[in-house]
Amino acid sequence: MSTAQTLPRSVAPLPPTQRRRRRTPGARLWQASPLTYLALIIGCVLSIFPIIWSFIIASRDNSAVYEMPSTPGDQLFTNLDRMLANEDAAFVYGLVNSAVVSSVVTISVIFFSSLAGFAFAKLRFRGSNALLLVIILTMMVPTQLGVIPLYLMMVDLGWTGTLQAVIVPFLVQGFGVFMMRQYAMSAISDELIEAARLDGCSTWRIYWNVVLPVLRPAAAVLGLLTFMQTWNEFLWPFIVLTPDTPTVQYSLKILSSGPYQTDYVALFAGTALATLPLLVVFIIFGRQIIGGIMEGAVKS
Amino acid sequence: MSSTVDAVPPSRAASPPPTTPPRQRPSYRLGRWDITYSPYLYIAPFFVLFGIFGLFPLLYTAYVSLFDYELLSGTKEFAGLENYRVLMADAQFWNAAYNTVGIFILSTVPQLIVALLLANLLNRQMRARTLLRMGILIPNITSVAAVGIIFALIFADRYGLINWLLGTVGVDPVAWRDNRYASWFAVAFMVDWRWTGYNALIYLGAMQAIPKDLYESASLDGASAWRQFWAITVPLIRPTILFTVIISTIGGFQIFTEPLMYGFGLVRGGADHQFQTLAMYIYERTFTGNAEYGYGSAMSWLLFMMIIIFALINFVLIRRSVKGDEK
Repeated sequence: MSTAQTLPRSVAPLPPTQRRRRRTPGARLWQASPLTYLALIIGCVLSIFPIIWSFIIASRDNSAVYEMPSTPGDQLFTNLDRMLANEDAAFVYGLVNSAVVSSVVTISVIFFSSLAGFAFAKLRFRGSNALLLVIILTMMVPTQLGVIPLYLMMVDLGWTGTLQAVIVPFLVQGFGVFMMRQYAMSAISDELIEAARLDGCSTWRIYWNVVLPVLRPAAAVLGLLTFMQTWNEFLWPFIVLTPDTPTVQYSLKILSSGPYQTDYVALFAGTALATLPLLVVFIIFGRQIIGGIMEGAVKS
Repeated sequence: MSSTVDAVPPSRAASPPPTTPPRQRPSYRLGRWDITYSPYLYIAPFFVLFGIFGLFPLLYTAYVSLFDYELLSGTKEFAGLENYRVLMADAQFWNAAYNTVGIFILSTVPQLIVALLLANLLNRQMRARTLLRMGILIPNITSVAAVGIIFALIFADRYGLINWLLGTVGVDPVAWRDNRYASWFAVAFMVDWRWTGYNALIYLGAMQAIPKDLYESASLDGASAWRQFWAITVPLIRPTILFTVIISTIGGFQIFTEPLMYGFGLVRGGADHQFQTLAMYIYERTFTGNAEYGYGSAMSWLLFMMIIIFALINFVLIRRSVKGDEK
């Protein structure tokens, strides 16, 4: 297996052949035509428009929500103030909770995934292939359908309404293990491990001092994907948390129903503020995130 | 954490000769135990945590489904298959199943086809490559709750953006909630919007692994770009297509948040439950009202079975039809 094919594209140096333009007859097919650009730009506009439109609504006055065409107003900060002042939604608290939950889950997923991924990629042990297959299969198990027993479990533990209820069940992730294993396979040579062993390193030391630094680029991508996913999680927090301890998505739900649902502009100020942190992350790390998603497609 | 993994000393105690030759390095003393057993320690956290919080609750759902188990009345009695018998005659359950399947088809078929075409367009030499890819992926980073809220207003009945646009070209406004199929369309549209770009990038990743030589010889033979797409690209990324179809089936059947937010945060899914999905109905019976854990579990387990069956059907369908294109 050649190294270039299995490295996540986001982090691997681009192999020279991919940059070289071919001068064979097929080459013209691989140049984007103006029509290609046009189609893609339309796709991008359709993708971005609803987000921009929601920001515009957030800047208007409630009486102008339905005015068409939508043009930006000057009420953004007034709306934000009113939204943040809503004690039932506890939006700021929700933002903080989401940040805590997403960070803890992300660190844990990175740690356990890199540990297991390293073991699967570089250590020999009985049953490793079968166990790896089990991990891949877990990606296809709709665990969400087990929420009722999981909820009863949380009741028994006394965890309902607490943050650990939305953290602990998500500490590991099959996708993460698989992704780290794929990266470790190609990024770490057996000689490196062997050399470390000859120097007297225990397996744990090899992981901590040799493997983990090498895995850092893939760990960053996994971290970004995990953070975004956890930040956006809705169903389970909605079931197990209470309005007193919301995540930011729960706060949005409170803003969108009951007595507040008519205050559209405040609600949209909320969606804007809930989306903003991820938007910033995305603009900074977009390339890595894209690389991580594309890499998920290339199965060994 | 490190304390558990650093706890290797037992191996030292177990190392055979008391008189270790001085030239032997520590690694050989740690040796056997570390090499043979520590890998299991490294993968154990995944299996333990997944087992407790993922697999066990799912399997236990089947057990709970055999009980008449309600929070409010405090009953918890073994009831055999009674829940399932009631379920078969529960019109609201079948209504929800109908909605779920309808929304699933509307949200998956166009999504994956458009994703495939987008990926094919992106699979070229072009300027602003990263920017265009980010552009189509951006819906995926917005939260489902936010998407539901935003599209609820876009598809608002009286003053919504879509109805306004329709009005400008002289089309009568659509009742986006009262009309069952219109509401399906709106909910499915949110799913399509959020996931098409993501799937396109997965396909793109797979397409880039196809050797370019295949296309070169095909175009020397005079095959059109369109023909090459169907005869080379699609068959070669078939495993990826199958993967996305299965994942979409699993996700699509559990759809909950989009229709919930679309219906202003209410689980009833419209005045006549016209867009109430199975996950919403399960929630309604389990976490509101009498809190019927047993009945909710029976519905969850049935939904699980439906997902398996539909995933298998889709798997076979795609495998057949994509193969057919190879001719």
